[in-house]
Amino acid sequence: MILQRTIRALKEELFYCNHFSKRTISSIQKYFPMDTKAMHQTTLKVNGRDYHLELLPWTSLLDTLREEIHLTGTKKGCDHGQCGACTVIVDGKRILSCLTLSVMKDGSEITTIEGIADGENLHPLQKAFIECDAFQCGYCTPGQICSAVGMLKEGKANTREEVQELMSGNLCRCGANKGIIDAIMQVKEGGSHE
Amino acid sequence: MNNFSYTKAATTDEAISGLNGDIRNKIIAGGTNITDLLKYFITKADKLVDINSITENNSIQRLNNGGVRLGALHTNADTAYDPIIEERYPLLSKAILAGASAQIRNMATNGGNLMQRTRCYYFYDINTPCNKRDPGSGCSAINGYNRIHAILGQSENCIAVFPSDMCVALAALNATINISGPDGDRILAFAEFHRLPGDTPNIDNNLKHGEIITSIDLPEKGFPENYSYLKLRDRNSYSFALVSVATAFDLENNKIKEARIALGGVAHKPWRVLEAETFLEDKEPNTETFSAAAKIILQGAKGYEHNDFKIELAKRAIIRNCFMALNPETQRPGAKPSL
Repeated sequence: MILQRTIRALKEELFYCNHFSKRTISSIQKYFPMDTKAMHQTTLKVNGRDYHLELLPWTSLLDTLREEIHLTGTKKGCDHGQCGACTVIVDGKRILSCLTLSVMKDGSEITTIEGIADGENLHPLQKAFIECDAFQCGYCTPGQICSAVGMLKEGKANTREEVQELMSGNLCRCGANKGIIDAIMQVKEGGSHE
Repeated sequence: MNNFSYTKAATTDEAISGLNGDIRNKIIAGGTNITDLLKYFITKADKLVDINSITENNSIQRLNNGGVRLGALHTNADTAYDPIIEERYPLLSKAILAGASAQIRNMATNGGNLMQRTRCYYFYDINTPCNKRDPGSGCSAINGYNRIHAILGQSENCIAVFPSDMCVALAALNATINISGPDGDRILAFAEFHRLPGDTPNIDNNLKHGEIITSIDLPEKGFPENYSYLKLRDRNSYSFALVSVATAFDLENNKIKEARIALGGVAHKPWRVLEAETFLEDKEPNTETFSAAAKIILQGAKGYEHNDFKIELAKRAIIRNCFMALNPETQRPGAKPSL
């Protein structure tokens, strides 16, 4: 009786932990079979390639990208929508993958940092980030670049002050912000992002 | 997050039947707040009803009465940058763009903005008492660290503030909210939507279980000539307001014909004092008039030690923003102080 109760508690505990990958969960399921009706068939088109996935509804897009598709360029910073490290482009718009449930994006086109360059040719923003020394530790950089790609596409930032304001959703704890804004201004003024 | 089921609703009726009037079934639209609340186990859900496919609620339409209808599922970014909103309701556009970050505004919807919950740190910390999260457990903020908390309209049960910027402008503009539910449709005036904490701070607004917001209507008058949104906060951008002010004037012969002033970051709902607006009518726009109006608005304000400064800050913000509204072209990105 006590053992049964312990196993049930353990099962629930594991089931609630959304940071476990599907593979981890399925290996747990071998020993503790669970109701898999909760799984949702979801198709995501990531960087031009279709991925057909079976996902639990509470899996975030960030965890799906990192743990299921194994594209770890997108970073988990705060996991609560406060830092911008997980920024990706979904259907042409920059969004936070940590606050997005993957099942909500069934059929969407997603671009991550891995899909920004054109083959071996870096995106103008990637080149400008290197030229302008726009990072130190580099953890926020994928989010910064995806966010900047989205911002330039939106076309609402005309001045340096406006670029700063519209990039405020991406924090840089190293304090490379000046280089980041320099890099974006360089690309913007060069017009090479179009 | 807890273990919930997930369904998509294609129409408003499907969403209402999906909710089934049960508090444990939740709507998800942009997801910028509920996903976070679920992650912290502040909100628990049996079922999430995804309403993003309801196309009928995702547009901006001109109304026959001269007003404009904002679809509940239109995103904050698309609303702020919509040519009709920028031209006719620039106050709303500026207020939206002062909130959150570009990424979050791309996700967040207009209906969801109204439904967002407080950012009180004790509400977010499930290890502390909080009457809003756990009714009857007590308020940790009253005798705790309360720098961001309410100075107006609070009760001894809750001093949380409502964090929206968009709603401050919607309150100033006299918007109305269209609601659908199992018992049919109804319309609420903006001032009637959010509520004060009183004895039931766990209830943020007057939307009933099972009802959903379908759209928000703006009246014809949008004050495009004299308006300003000012947001004061600890960080210059991507931070919630300590105090924010939406101000709109209709001026004639250097006199105020009509005034609207709403405050954010100071109460459990956007704060308007009609007495102050009436006071401003037929007055000349100057420091003396604006100071008197600010005093009326802050009547009865009460601080709780760490937020005492907000009372004076709010008064000065009101005065500053009245002057900014006389020169709206000086507005800076992100509703920072100008002039």
